[in-house]
Amino acid sequence: MVELGVGGRGILPRREFPRLLEAITASGYEIVGPTVREGAIVYDRLRGVDDLPIGWTDRQEGGQYRLERRGDEALFGYTVGPYTWKKFLFPARERLFTARREGDSFVVIPEPTDGPKLALFGMRACELAGLDITDTVFQGGPTPDPGYRARRGRILRVAVQCGQAGGTCFCVSMGTGPGVRGGADLVVTEILSPGEHRFRLDIGSEEGARVVRGLASVLAPVPPEDDARVEAIVARTAASMGRTMESRGLRDLLRETLDHPRWQHVANRCLSCTNCTMVCPTCFCSTHEEVPDLNAETVERWRRWDSCFNLGFSELHGVSVRKSGLSRYRQWLTHKLGTWHDQFGSSGCVGCGRCITWCPVAIDLTEEVAALRQPATPSAPPGGNR
Amino acid sequence: MPASAPAPTDSGHPLAPIPYAVRSTATETPDTTTLVIEPRGTRRISLSRPGQFAMLYAFGVGESPIGISRETPEGRLVHTIRRVGPVTKALTALTPGDTLGVRGPYGRGWPFKEARGQDIVIVAGGLGLPPLRPVIYEIFAHREAYGRVEIIFGARTPKDLVYYDEVQSWRRRTDIRIQVTVDAAGRDWYGDVGVVTTRLPDARFDPTRTTAFLCGPEIMMRLVSEAIQARGVDPHAIWISMERNMKCAIGLCGHCQFGPVFLCRDGPVFPFADLAPLLRVREV
Repeated sequence: MVELGVGGRGILPRREFPRLLEAITASGYEIVGPTVREGAIVYDRLRGVDDLPIGWTDRQEGGQYRLERRGDEALFGYTVGPYTWKKFLFPARERLFTARREGDSFVVIPEPTDGPKLALFGMRACELAGLDITDTVFQGGPTPDPGYRARRGRILRVAVQCGQAGGTCFCVSMGTGPGVRGGADLVVTEILSPGEHRFRLDIGSEEGARVVRGLASVLAPVPPEDDARVEAIVARTAASMGRTMESRGLRDLLRETLDHPRWQHVANRCLSCTNCTMVCPTCFCSTHEEVPDLNAETVERWRRWDSCFNLGFSELHGVSVRKSGLSRYRQWLTHKLGTWHDQFGSSGCVGCGRCITWCPVAIDLTEEVAALRQPATPSAPPGGNR
Repeated sequence: MPASAPAPTDSGHPLAPIPYAVRSTATETPDTTTLVIEPRGTRRISLSRPGQFAMLYAFGVGESPIGISRETPEGRLVHTIRRVGPVTKALTALTPGDTLGVRGPYGRGWPFKEARGQDIVIVAGGLGLPPLRPVIYEIFAHREAYGRVEIIFGARTPKDLVYYDEVQSWRRRTDIRIQVTVDAAGRDWYGDVGVVTTRLPDARFDPTRTTAFLCGPEIMMRLVSEAIQARGVDPHAIWISMERNMKCAIGLCGHCQFGPVFLCRDGPVFPFADLAPLLRVREV
């Protein structure tokens, strides 16, 4: 008999895996998770197991992302794609309120924050770490974001432990993965080899236990060899990271290298396209848009994602403070890896590698950090910024 | 990290503006207008410290962060606004009886109470004067609580001097010293010409017991801070009011970062000592 409380575990055979999704749906959640669309694995509504990228994998390198067929029927045989779960909690576009003229004044009607309960199905360890970070950003300060808080209170976190690392992954360097160490309601590990296909299911919270309560009949106790297999899978993934980054002392390093010639080097390549900020699971910058109707009787206030790479982002009195590409790349990297610690008590990077994969010119922050660790040499190209 | 200002609690959504009415307007300079505004209904923002700012909302156009120049005993707010973009153009075009929105107040204000017993140096450049005006009146109200008071006020040209009549009235006081200077002037200007730093050597204060309050262009605040520090004033006692692009004012939109701080909730007033290294780097 399998214990289905917090900390309980069981083995779920592949043929019974649909029962997990059914149990989640039966608990009142809509399921969003990985699915193949537009040549990539994106996060969208899942109607069932068949919507998962079964038998697909991704090959990632700097500036490259390719889907390929696997030789098996793995459900989770890939790493992270261009989307992040952030969009379900902090939508790329969101109406904050509507204001309507009333007599000689106006009234503000806040946008309702109700919505469906969402199961985020297939969160990786780095993405759980990203969720922790956005929780701190949007809920940890003196004025929490009402929309984020409402949506955050309605999610179920179903994590998947990575069975392989991508070419741009470096979660080990950032201490966020690949093993899931908490922060999930349910954790799935795929055990797959010729002739066998099953999952270890770990229960991480009361809500997770409630959701899988009905699965007792299909879950088997975990044999010791499967625990060993799961451990080996995580260890193998950890050992095959595509990238590494020395993360120790980064806050001090970046504070002390603001005039390093490497910034000009990277600025010469950076297109300021904003891709890195759009695919980042923790980038949270936004701007506001005022959208009036034709006679300006009713006005909507929208919030949409913004990026520190946009020239207008730093506009002050009609002039951008960060005019050069150098200053904008430096702002992004020093914030992500340095001043984030001052603001939120952690790095802003979880090592998912998306910014490397989705950079059209393959700028690689792990490489930039390594270069910044080298002392500026007299022969380096000019680019000091004082 | 510095202690953060408490979150405003007067509105349902933290970003929802409260309706205010324009009570009166005054033209300060060719591109600057002062609005006196009062709440339309029962809801209002409540100031905790001079030096804070509010987000002013032009209906259908957008919001802009504007320093609070004064809160009158009746609870009216005084804002002096320079026309730069669409929002400030709309705000400065308002006439008495018109409606605008207000949310806030935001930020930590000037630590003037901690400066009691000290000599005071106030340096304002251009539109840096309005956010410093509450400090000046606080000192006037408790003049005996402070030592020497030196005020230096500069602008680009004589016609860019805001609060002109008010400043003239301050000049008649014998218990403070005030110097007014402009960067450039015609023959009809009989006052000093030169950037504010040129007036600093004339300022008399005891550097071992001086607090300075600075507001103006960033480059001005850095040069004045460095000059005051060179006279022996502790850079922790030199306070500057920073400015960056701002959308939300509650620490969520990311726009107003200056290195490790969010100006909206950690500032906009900071000790020069905290920001000096970054102020010497371009394009932060």
